[in-house]
Amino acid sequence: MVSRGLANEVTPDHGVDTSISEPAAGNETQSQHNTTGDSGHAGGHEVPIVTFKWHHVETPYLIALWILVAGLAKMVIEANHHVTNVIPESALLICFGFILGGMVWGADKVQTFTLTPTVFFFYLLPQIILDAGYFMPNKLFFGNMGAILIYAIIGTCWNAASLGLSLWGCHKGGAMGDLDIGLLQYLLFGSLMAAVDPVAVIAVFEQVHVNEVLFILVFGESLLNDGVTVVLFNVFDAFVSLGGSQIDAVEIIKGIISFFVVAFGGSLLGFVFGLLVSLLTRCTKNIQIIEPGFIFVLGYLAYLTAEMLSLSAILSIVFCGVCCQKYINANMDEKSVSTVRYTMKVLANGSETMIFVFLGISAIDKTIWVWNTGFILLTLLFIMVYRFIGVFFLTWILNRYRLVPIGFIDQVIMSYGGLRGAVAYGLAVMLDENKIKEKNLMISTTLIVVYFTVIFQGITMKPLVTWLKVKRAAVTELTLIEKVQNKVFDHVLVAIEDISGQIGHNYMRDKWNYFEEKWMSWALMKPSVRKSRDHVFSVFHQLNLKDAMSYVAEGERRGSLEFIRNESAFIDFKKKFGDEFSEAMPDIMANMSDDHGAAILTIHACIDPVPSVSLEMHEQTMKGMRETEDINTHHLLQQHLYKGRKQHRHRYSRSHFDVNKDENEVQEIFQRTMRSRLESFKSAKMGVAPPKTISKYSKKDQQQKVRATGCTITSIGLGIDASGYDASGSTFPMRVTYRAGAGIENPAFMPDMDPMTPIQIPPWLMEAELDSGMVAPSQRAQVRLPWTPSNLRRLAPFRASAQSNDSFMLADAPATQQRDDEELPPPPSPPPPPSNRDGGYM
Amino acid sequence: MGSSSSSMDHIPNAEELMQETGFSAAHLLRLYERFEFLDKDQTGELRPEDFGAIGGLALNPIGDRIISAFFSPGQETVDFPSFVRVLAHFRPNGTNRTRNGTQQEPVNSRTRKLKFAFQLYDQDRDGKISRAELLQVLRAMLGIQVTEEQLQSIAERAIQEADLDRDDAISFDEFKKVQQVSPHPQTPTKETPLHPTEGGR
Repeated sequence: MVSRGLANEVTPDHGVDTSISEPAAGNETQSQHNTTGDSGHAGGHEVPIVTFKWHHVETPYLIALWILVAGLAKMVIEANHHVTNVIPESALLICFGFILGGMVWGADKVQTFTLTPTVFFFYLLPQIILDAGYFMPNKLFFGNMGAILIYAIIGTCWNAASLGLSLWGCHKGGAMGDLDIGLLQYLLFGSLMAAVDPVAVIAVFEQVHVNEVLFILVFGESLLNDGVTVVLFNVFDAFVSLGGSQIDAVEIIKGIISFFVVAFGGSLLGFVFGLLVSLLTRCTKNIQIIEPGFIFVLGYLAYLTAEMLSLSAILSIVFCGVCCQKYINANMDEKSVSTVRYTMKVLANGSETMIFVFLGISAIDKTIWVWNTGFILLTLLFIMVYRFIGVFFLTWILNRYRLVPIGFIDQVIMSYGGLRGAVAYGLAVMLDENKIKEKNLMISTTLIVVYFTVIFQGITMKPLVTWLKVKRAAVTELTLIEKVQNKVFDHVLVAIEDISGQIGHNYMRDKWNYFEEKWMSWALMKPSVRKSRDHVFSVFHQLNLKDAMSYVAEGERRGSLEFIRNESAFIDFKKKFGDEFSEAMPDIMANMSDDHGAAILTIHACIDPVPSVSLEMHEQTMKGMRETEDINTHHLLQQHLYKGRKQHRHRYSRSHFDVNKDENEVQEIFQRTMRSRLESFKSAKMGVAPPKTISKYSKKDQQQKVRATGCTITSIGLGIDASGYDASGSTFPMRVTYRAGAGIENPAFMPDMDPMTPIQIPPWLMEAELDSGMVAPSQRAQVRLPWTPSNLRRLAPFRASAQSNDSFMLADAPATQQRDDEELPPPPSPPPPPSNRDGGYM
Repeated sequence: MGSSSSSMDHIPNAEELMQETGFSAAHLLRLYERFEFLDKDQTGELRPEDFGAIGGLALNPIGDRIISAFFSPGQETVDFPSFVRVLAHFRPNGTNRTRNGTQQEPVNSRTRKLKFAFQLYDQDRDGKISRAELLQVLRAMLGIQVTEEQLQSIAERAIQEADLDRDDAISFDEFKKVQQVSPHPQTPTKETPLHPTEGGR
């Protein structure tokens, strides 16, 4: 009886719980409550063991079910990439919605579930916009701020006005029969149609790889003009309520003022909330477990507060995300940052999926469909034409002030990328039926525009982009050198962009940076974080973190963490290698002179299966072998060539949040660069001045440690062996993955040697000789140990720094003489030395 | 900092430089601002360390080579005209606004661009990319999990592909030829380096 009573207490509140779900569903619920609720009372005499209380859970249950269904839909759609390559996911989701809607319609004869403005604007949209703001490529965004604002504000107003006026003109001309729509209503309709939808745009543009400037222009525009549209919509809505006769110059001026107040007030509010979040994360040290929550809650509050003050909620949450990203990422624990990122993606993706599915479902409803060929077709035509005109005209103006103009093709794509989406639909549904007689016509037109742009333009976008850049001509197989060369060009371009300060470096930015450095960071960042904030250092830090993680993972794989506890062993392990190399060096150099010829032969024989000498003679017989090896080599290049940074950075992606590959590469490259700089710095230094100090590690001390660790090496070697590692595996891909550790040695050590060899020995020769010369100890170790010292080298300073202050050096330049270890890292990159010396990063 | 020089008057020989490199005044001005920004100690010349201070370059596998491409052999510093001349290689060709016909070969022609790339490989400047030189580049460009053996065989094969006269090295002509054989989609990228910039006005 107790539980029954509880249920009765809860169930009557029809009005409250349905506000979360779709009101249409709510109505349904309500009616069912009324009928079944009574019968529940009638049967309540005995003590039930189990009761079926569907109505008790109905609303949340349905919501959960819909989320599940939407998620499954996405899963099914993404299962096969052949389809999504042609048709954008958003279009497929809408189609899926059609089917679902059809099923619901078939069962109920009424569309029970539709996308309502409340649900859309309060529960689905905020997280998408917050996600966009939080992941906004800030530099690019603010670098192109001017253009984005012009497109977003002027472009949107232009779209709204031109569409409204043209439709009105056509109406007057008699193109669409008898409709009860006045000029103001047309303008209202125009304003709701003006929003280019970020959700739809990103979904499509993400699959079409356009350059990053174009991307940020379209993305930024679509994001901001949502805000602008809503503002515009509200202004016109107010005008419509006022009625045509009441509007005079004063009201119009008020409208314009309110437009700016709403837009900029919203942005400012977002900014304030962003600062608030940043400040808050400064002091969440002791509650790290819930600190990610603050971002979401405060972001949502920024949205709601703006809504409450009738400011632009969308702009507010965008700027909240944009402002806080830097500080919260610095302030919060790494784990919290990852949590925020992933949660953000989960929420945004989830709601995006829901939105598209429900956009589809909403269509299957007989009651909203009113057909007026003239109105619908003219709308489609006008939004297309005016979008093109607007973009081209604004770009023409912008190009006069832009250093690098926006190209013709880019303009075409920008214009064609004017997809309309759920924001327009949400606004259309919000129209007041009492004031606008043709509300249903507007809704159905909006739906058709949305379907047309998302599905048709979405599908044709990709072919259009490819078609406009026809240059690709015949796809011939690239030669290796070309492949390498292409990457070289990529890297060169990235470097030149860096050098020339690709994104304008100007007065305002300088001032802002200064202000930001001096005041904002001071106020908003934890003191500890501020110190270690620079980029170079943070990469180094992450490097260490990653090593530590994989280090532990490795230990777990072996079933014991014993080797980790043996701390000192590993630091010295690495030192031993350094020693071996420096010892080996003189030998090589001595041997080189007489073994020169022999060395070449050996190398050719054992390393290259197709020696160049024999190639000419045996070209025919080698042919087959060559081909397979060609494939392997190409494959290898494909997989391991570093990508130009450009391709990864500055990109916002809604659904993909994979940083791993990229980060790894960055770390690798960074590590190597630092090492080689270190080297060049040292060699320069060595030539000029004699070393000043002797390391704290005396030779003797070190040798002792080396001896002590000898056994560790072999035992680890065995451990790996036992785990079934096949060193002689010869298939290419396999080797690549398995020998991850082995390959590291050579490139890592090479730069150390180059400057030290006075004789002109081709490094590859030397390298090979080195390998073969040291076969017994090192190669075995290399092959057997995926966890070779070079991997641990990065970790080592981390630990070593507890004992001495020469950590960075010790670690990164194992092959150099001991006495150099006291020298500090190079000046070229100012950041690392001081922070490392402090050991402050521990 | 950069704005203190926001006038063409401060740039030495601005007119000649524009003639020579084909940069527009706006480009030149912006590059000058950038140059001043990079020139931390205000000497009017950049040292390799100044380049090294650019964060992004540390993450560029061949960043050091590119930096050294700015310095002519034996020189420790680079002044503004030379700086601009090097950058002029990367101006898109086809839009030569200010060039008159007096020069025989514009800096940003395809050949000159290729030459620049070629010199990134050819560190000893003997006009040939030897196997060792190629190997060095490869080593920098490929992930560290590629073994030395694999590097060797890649270098070997790459040389064989391009090497027409069988001297086991790639000359500039051979290099050029390889790049011309197949026009591929990626080539256009080398012509648009400075794109996403808004005017600093």
